[in-house]
Amino acid sequence: MNEWVIELRNVSKAYAAHAVLRNINLQVRAGEFLTLLGPSGCGKTTILRLLAGFEPADGGEILIGGQDMRTLPPEQRHVNTVFQSYALFPHLTVFENVAFGPRLKRIRGEALRERVMDTLRMVKLEDFAGRKPGQLSGGQQQRVAIARAVVNQPRVLLLDEPLSALDYKLRKAMQLELKQLQRRLGITFIFVTHDQEEALSMSDRVAVMNAGRIEQFGAPRQIYEAPENLFVARFVGEINNLPGRVVAAAPPRYDIRLHDRVVNLKSPYVFGVGDRVNVLIRPEDVRIWRECEGSAEERAALFPAVVEGVVYKGSTVDLVIRLDSGDVLSTTQFFNEDDQAIVNLDFREGERVFVDWVHDWETILPHEE
Amino acid sequence: MRRKAQGHPVPMRIREPFKLLAVGAIYFWLTAFALLPNLLVVIASVLERGSDEFVAFAFTLDSYRRLLDPLYLGVLLDSLGLAAATTALCLLLGYPFAYLLTRMPVRWRPVLLLLVIIPFWTSSLVRTYAMVILLQTNGWLNQILLGLGLIAEPLELLYTEPAVIAGMLYALLPFMILPLYAALEKLDRRLIEAARDLGAGWITIFRRIILPLTLPGVVAGCMLTFLPGLGMFYVADLLGGAKTMLVGNLIRDQFLSARDWPFGAAASVLLTGLMGLLLWAYYLSSRRAGRGALP
Repeated sequence: MNEWVIELRNVSKAYAAHAVLRNINLQVRAGEFLTLLGPSGCGKTTILRLLAGFEPADGGEILIGGQDMRTLPPEQRHVNTVFQSYALFPHLTVFENVAFGPRLKRIRGEALRERVMDTLRMVKLEDFAGRKPGQLSGGQQQRVAIARAVVNQPRVLLLDEPLSALDYKLRKAMQLELKQLQRRLGITFIFVTHDQEEALSMSDRVAVMNAGRIEQFGAPRQIYEAPENLFVARFVGEINNLPGRVVAAAPPRYDIRLHDRVVNLKSPYVFGVGDRVNVLIRPEDVRIWRECEGSAEERAALFPAVVEGVVYKGSTVDLVIRLDSGDVLSTTQFFNEDDQAIVNLDFREGERVFVDWVHDWETILPHEE
Repeated sequence: MRRKAQGHPVPMRIREPFKLLAVGAIYFWLTAFALLPNLLVVIASVLERGSDEFVAFAFTLDSYRRLLDPLYLGVLLDSLGLAAATTALCLLLGYPFAYLLTRMPVRWRPVLLLLVIIPFWTSSLVRTYAMVILLQTNGWLNQILLGLGLIAEPLELLYTEPAVIAGMLYALLPFMILPLYAALEKLDRRLIEAARDLGAGWITIFRRIILPLTLPGVVAGCMLTFLPGLGMFYVADLLGGAKTMLVGNLIRDQFLSARDWPFGAAASVLLTGLMGLLLWAYYLSSRRAGRGALP
């Protein structure tokens, strides 16, 4: 028995001499919302094209529902694609676009009408059945593209950056709708995006990709809070990187020297004394103390710094801080109604401050360039 | 197309005389050399044949009545049949050719298109004479076939209907290929992928996606081959041995040999009417395909 609806084993693909996918291994559970996240050119769309059958893999196996897909053309696979450009048929009405798949399965007459209209109702387009795609807005075209795919009740729906052409507000709304639709239909979604926020907020699991490889594969929280390498840490959200060196090791705790200070931190990785490491801290985990706060003793354990930039963002204030050691940190301070002292967050550029972070919320990785 | 910077009075005023001149010249040209002659033809077609002059100024529909004569109807039907056969063959050959052209590597396409266009550099009359040399009884084609031992004695190729069709095909094929190529080139490849993704095989994709979306190209190509096909009298003359009378020959003969201007004009008007009908069909088909184009 196989619990995976999709399985990629050692899949590779190259265009001419340029490798786009290198030894990809990926398993997708039935009903899962999986996101392939990565910068453009990382190979995420190529995975979709291999799954849809538009291109053959150079090596490895692709299984859908346990069945080898190697010789199966796209028209015989139980997957459907929502294209980035929507690729709606411009000469057909919305109804005929959606009816295209069912008609090929010899569904006719009232059964066809019912099925198409049910699907259009689901995406709230029942009143637009007679229109041509060119007469619809971008968001409506997007819905038609989704309806045209899900009407076939595929095992897996492949979505290639389907929201990238929409404006911010519409994108937010569609994210929510897509997620609800996926829960309701129970179809496995494989969603491709370069937007890390979209990936984190929608997916059950995320595969972060770079240069044809999967860098990390896990739940959104794992990806964000415990990145496995510097690429993932940097690509998924903002992060501060403090280079350090291990001076004492008592796994899982290590004394790490960061410039003139030694801090005791925890890590699941095993380091030896003298190893170079990167201490990674999310901007929202950085705490800032002003000169008037705390006693001199308390301050002695903190990193002295100067405020270099202040960006007011409504719900937060982002600061750029230069430590006396020279490292630059970006931080995010939330307005906190309970704390009178920080209510204003009226930092000035050039102001002297003291910095630390919520210990054990950092990530320590072996040094890499 | 988006118009930019509409509110610039100064450059607009400078450009105004030039615009007037350019547009005016085109209108003058069209009026003087297209509208007026056509109007004269229409007028001539409803006049009587003159004894001293070419036409006598008396209204009559006699010329049109004569066109209904089975003899002339036969000429018209022959012409339509020949033009239709040529057009059908052009489409049959041109569509796959144009499709393959769009699938060629991008850097080859201009060269291949140039090869299609090169015959235009020579007058089609000269090229038709070249066909005579190829097809005549001791022509190249027969000599090659004899040399290869495929035939025992020369074939009667020249002055047959196939020779006429071959000649028209040769002259008109580029007119079919070019609009088809333009239409197929514009076709979004992703639509074909989308159709395959939805489970369509190649026949369905061609019938429901490719053909409807390239229909304006098909109609344009058919018009560009069918209409000249009706009028290309010299091909039938040279390759068909002037055995079959076509509308083109008929019109020419009425004006130049028979000196029956009203009748020639009436045949001309009929031809123009047919062309108008085809143009209208083209307009309808392009409007249907154009509505709801991809953003």
